[in-house]
Amino acid sequence: MTERVRIAIVGSGPAGLSAAARAAQLGLSHLLIEKTDHLSDTIFKYQKGKHVMATPSQLVLRSDCDFEAGKREAILGRWNEQAAAQGINVAFHAEVKAITGTGDPIPGSIQKIVERKRDGSTDIKEIQRLAPPYRLTLSDGREVIADAVIMAIGTQGNPNLMRVPGAELPHVQYQLDDPAEYNDEHIFIVGTGDAGIENAMGLAADEAQGNVVTILNRSTEFASAKPANVKGLMAAAEAGRLSIMTESTTAKIEPGFITLDSRDGEVKLKCDRIIARMGSAPPRGFVESCGIEFTSGDRLAFPKLSPVFESTAPGIFVIGALAGYPLIKHCMNQGYDVVEYINGNRDLKPADEPILAAKFASLPEKRSVAEWLEYLRTNVSILEGLSPLQMREFMLDSEVRAYRAGETIFEKHDAGSSLFGIATGQALVEVAPRANVPIAAGSIFGEVGLISGRRRGSTVRAGTDSIMVEVSRSAALKLMSSNPPAKRAITRISTERQLLQMFGAGLTPADLSEVLDSAEIQTVKAGEAILTEGDLGTDIYVIRVGSMIVEKKIGGKNVFLSYLPAGSYVGEMALIAGGPRTATVKATVKSEVIRLNGDAFARLMAAKPALLERARRDMAARQDVNAFIESRKDSFSTVVDMYSETAKFLVDNGIGEATDVLLIDEHLCVGCDNCEKACADSHEGLSRLDREAGRTYAHLHVPTSCRHCEHPHCMADCPPNAIHRGSDGEVFIDETCIGCGNCQRNCPYGVIRMDSVPPKKPGLLSWMFFGQGPGPGEPSKKWRYKNAEPGVEKPKKAIKCDMCSGIDGGPACVRACPTGAAIRVSPEDFLTVARLDGQAN
Amino acid sequence: MATRASSPTRRAKGETLHDGFLRHANFRWLKIATLLCFLAIASYLMVDITPRHNGGSWYGYTMGTIGVLLILWLTLLGLRKRAMTRGRWSLKAWTSAHVYLGLSLIVIGTLHTGFQLGWNVHTLAYALMMLVILSGLFGITVYATLPTALSNNRAEMTQVQMLEAVRAIDRQLHDAAQPLPQGQAALVRQSLGDDPFGGGLIARLTGRYPRCATAAAQAALRHWTGDHADTGKEPLEKVDALLERKQAMLARLRRHLKLKALLEIWLTVHVPATFALLAALTAHIVSVFFYW
Repeated sequence: MTERVRIAIVGSGPAGLSAAARAAQLGLSHLLIEKTDHLSDTIFKYQKGKHVMATPSQLVLRSDCDFEAGKREAILGRWNEQAAAQGINVAFHAEVKAITGTGDPIPGSIQKIVERKRDGSTDIKEIQRLAPPYRLTLSDGREVIADAVIMAIGTQGNPNLMRVPGAELPHVQYQLDDPAEYNDEHIFIVGTGDAGIENAMGLAADEAQGNVVTILNRSTEFASAKPANVKGLMAAAEAGRLSIMTESTTAKIEPGFITLDSRDGEVKLKCDRIIARMGSAPPRGFVESCGIEFTSGDRLAFPKLSPVFESTAPGIFVIGALAGYPLIKHCMNQGYDVVEYINGNRDLKPADEPILAAKFASLPEKRSVAEWLEYLRTNVSILEGLSPLQMREFMLDSEVRAYRAGETIFEKHDAGSSLFGIATGQALVEVAPRANVPIAAGSIFGEVGLISGRRRGSTVRAGTDSIMVEVSRSAALKLMSSNPPAKRAITRISTERQLLQMFGAGLTPADLSEVLDSAEIQTVKAGEAILTEGDLGTDIYVIRVGSMIVEKKIGGKNVFLSYLPAGSYVGEMALIAGGPRTATVKATVKSEVIRLNGDAFARLMAAKPALLERARRDMAARQDVNAFIESRKDSFSTVVDMYSETAKFLVDNGIGEATDVLLIDEHLCVGCDNCEKACADSHEGLSRLDREAGRTYAHLHVPTSCRHCEHPHCMADCPPNAIHRGSDGEVFIDETCIGCGNCQRNCPYGVIRMDSVPPKKPGLLSWMFFGQGPGPGEPSKKWRYKNAEPGVEKPKKAIKCDMCSGIDGGPACVRACPTGAAIRVSPEDFLTVARLDGQAN
Repeated sequence: MATRASSPTRRAKGETLHDGFLRHANFRWLKIATLLCFLAIASYLMVDITPRHNGGSWYGYTMGTIGVLLILWLTLLGLRKRAMTRGRWSLKAWTSAHVYLGLSLIVIGTLHTGFQLGWNVHTLAYALMMLVILSGLFGITVYATLPTALSNNRAEMTQVQMLEAVRAIDRQLHDAAQPLPQGQAALVRQSLGDDPFGGGLIARLTGRYPRCATAAAQAALRHWTGDHADTGKEPLEKVDALLERKQAMLARLRRHLKLKALLEIWLTVHVPATFALLAALTAHIVSVFFYW
């Protein structure tokens, strides 16, 4: 039995449905092929009552089916009605097994399918493509002949599976049909995309179900989820309905238990069910067998498509999630557009065209949107892996600008965390006055701001007339999380620049190429050692993220030697002097190191005497410390012990990731709280520190006050991007804060408060002599309420320590301490043996 | 030793990270104050005033002027402490100078009198000054000795947390006392109604609360529990255990309040006495010049 249609549409999701609806409206003969018994299986499988969102909000919907944000049931109901009303021809229970051309062989069009085997070898199959019409063989034996095929099968075909020991156990599932099914269970959700977040919220929504829900996030950010979902999740966590574990990955699954690698090392937790929602990869084998080529061999790559979604097999169009676009609105627009195109409408522009056209309008050359997109994609190396479709989405979040030669792109110390890609021209980075380093077209700059959140380190100007793409922090993070080649490219460039900056010594990128080829980025868990005393090895480690402590075993005890912040390197001693490692280097928090091959580095040092000299100097300093500790080990063993223990306490309290921290010596603190009062009086009447709260060890008190972390947790998810690092290293919140409270929730040290600025107090002298106002320090709630401007509700904004930046004289808390108990230190200053020397004398 | 690529640290090498107000800058103000006292004593001995040293001689006026200027400056500490102006000043340095220069007033003030004391406004000013200094000495002593005890006692708890802990035990006590008979429940109610801040100044400063309702309730309840074997099921046993915990928490809170009170009480003498001193000093100076 063979049916003949103009268009065969495979998959009845938003994309396929919209395409079928358009075909029905245009009166084209069509068949919508759906393998289940209902339309739109992906949305059908959403949780009951799930709120389906309609992002991106600036995009207009162009489809014969309606869609707006709402409950799953409402949306499916409306689509079912509209499909019936428009006379869409649907074949349910039909799965396409094969699609082959029935025409003549297309000359020169041969599909190469690379099959990777488990043992690492590959098989290459070659298939001659045949011209349309296509024959679609269905699972029930039917055949359909179609002039054009629209593939809208989505990606749910094969969800990404967990790859840890125990992943095959029956309580690991990749789907959650009805959250009400589960009661009184310890449930872990793996994956922090929208699906994972919604599952977690669904399971935790009804307290009566008694589920203990934990969502695992391997990083600290929720880059791949919709902001509204992330906000909801944060609010649920805040309310204690579920917990979020950041920087955690699954290590092992056993019946009843799950073992996690977390920031604080390995933990084993009770677990009755694991729901893994880690995204999905295209059902690639089937798609390739139809003659559709993918952009790369990467597991997460998408099909190669023309701007009208035509694949490499002429007449087969790919739309929707399979094309790399998971958002419903886009899918529906694409369905409409593709059918219009097949019907001969060549002038139809995609629905987001006006938005993009406006972005390109100011550029000097006149090109069409499609041309610009392709131009940027091919000229900026990190964008090469994107499909035209992804490129469209990417550009919606990014800006493109033309600069004249010599024009400043950003100034040193400007706040900014965006990444720049050079499409044409050249950027000049001012490393010293009148000394510029050029960055060529195709490359990127500004990545330091992206990775560290610090202010711009140098001024960058356009070397020639240039066109640059400015990628916002969120778009860059999304690019890195969804496009591995882009992530690798950004990582390599940032590694190279970090090494150049660190070693200086007249190195050029060319010198580093061998070392870089061998470089490897490793993630180190908290407490894990990268070097162990006595081991052999000559590799050099550069600390990229986080920090390390150096310990040496003396008389059977680990003695703390020093603290290494990000931007330090270790391992040169064994390389230069030979012999085993002389000390153990452990991560204080979850860190990232760049491991450089020792031999390659040795060759580099041989070629560059200045570098060798530099390394020798660093080594000599370290040997001095080792010798000092050795010499003191007998006479001052208790002092050394005390020092080691105190250092450990501080590292446990987050000093490991601090850059500047307030400590209080409780031998001296009389509890007058003048530090808090001074803080409030220096900052609009609100104190940013709580002296009494916090941990204490050996009378060294760590109050609740910002540590100015190297990689601030608070910065992770700030919608207006209002948190920056200032020129003195302070992490501050600027006036664009919208008061969402994300930073407060993300801070592991609880140092951010949400409050509104109190009314202005009368001056100090009028308080002293006439008793006016509440006096020094933070005014009481009562006074604030009584003196508030009537009718004006001031917004609550996030407030935290800014290290009194811009205030002459420095931090008020320290200046205002009458007894000298309050001190501010940076860990590398405080955690050194120099202190030991002082105590011993 | 760490090979840090970024900016060098803000602190100069070898600078001591922290020392208290007494040791500030290697006892700078102690040295200055000692020198001042030494000069005052030496000149007192060397200068020959006839018939004898007194406040009205040129030497006496010099000492008096130095003294009154010092007193005015020392008073300004209260302003300095509260005025969070910009600039490179350190309250610790001010405190250090305040302590040592204040002590030097003992010498300067006494030499100014020429050891002529009597029942008059002049000696009143002197006596008030000594009162201020003595209360200050007490302050130095408690500042130097009590912070460690305060830190040890609170064991990472804040005062609010201590109060909260007492309240939490109270809530449990309230629930646990429900099955008790009238007489016993009244005792527990007494403990619940007890104000942890009550007891007056003496109790606060000594840390002794003889009329503590919790202690009384526990002692009375022990009459009942004393002759019974512990079964672990009696409601009274639970109440007894809770009262025990409340006692321990109250003891910590009271120690905390006692230490805090000792750290602050002297200021209630020091500061008002200072203002009385300023008044007496004004009277002293005016009368001296009036009767020139």
